[in-house]
Amino acid sequence: MEADRQPVDYIALTRDTYNRLGYLPYRWASNEVPPSWASLRKPLADSRLGLIASGGIYRHGQVAFTHKDDVTHREIPTDTDTHDLRVTHFAYDQTDARRDPNVIFPLDTLRALATEGVIGELAPLALTFMGGIYSQRRLSAELIPVLVERTLDMEVDLVLLVPV
Amino acid sequence: MTSARSITASANPPRAAFTDFPLGHTCGPPDRPRLQRRIMRDALSLFDTIDTPGAIVDLEYKWETEWKNEACSAADYRTPRYDTPQYQDREDEVAARQNYGASVACGVCVPSLTPRL
Repeated sequence: MEADRQPVDYIALTRDTYNRLGYLPYRWASNEVPPSWASLRKPLADSRLGLIASGGIYRHGQVAFTHKDDVTHREIPTDTDTHDLRVTHFAYDQTDARRDPNVIFPLDTLRALATEGVIGELAPLALTFMGGIYSQRRLSAELIPVLVERTLDMEVDLVLLVPV
Repeated sequence: MTSARSITASANPPRAAFTDFPLGHTCGPPDRPRLQRRIMRDALSLFDTIDTPGAIVDLEYKWETEWKNEACSAADYRTPRYDTPQYQDREDEVAARQNYGASVACGVCVPSLTPRL
């Protein structure tokens, strides 16, 4: 089936859903200027990789996220056993993420690639947040600066973003 | 990495790898560690190969079962957005109270609660 090869357009789907519910259109982040750019300073195999993920991932023993515009983050040591990871969210099916967190938070995957030498090492902490935050202003003013600061603290060479 | 191509195109990050998977599976299907590693190797290789700011590369993986009909339906699957911490398990809440005190149950949830380096 031809349509099966096309990516699902979630922006159009959300527009339709909001229309049907009588909501104002959702304003997705839209950045038209070319993104800032940096080339790798060293080979991947020598690089320290940071991991930042949305999707409401926390570790057993941490405070869970709320589902309403939670702009806090969690810091998850990258040697955490994946059995201690938890997932909470209001907007996607978490069945598989709870069974195998690597589907949205590739901790085992990246540890294996570090062992194989594909990357140099993982940063000591991965940073997670909720997503589904409906205030871009609060996201930009409160969450992003903290993620940037914590990422710079860890002196990573590159960062992998994994949104749900 | 992204499984929501249009949203990522709009946000316009420096580089992106698109996996055409149902939401909640950006890095691949569950319990398939070898496949997950292969997908990740392909995604990370783009740090070396993409040289155009804003490029999105479609990774050549196909989800093994049909999923797009349901994803494209007009159903709204969102659950209510509670403003208190929403634990996956009851035991998580008990552990968090032990670590951070009873106040964490009433929605007080600040960044300083997270461990520091």
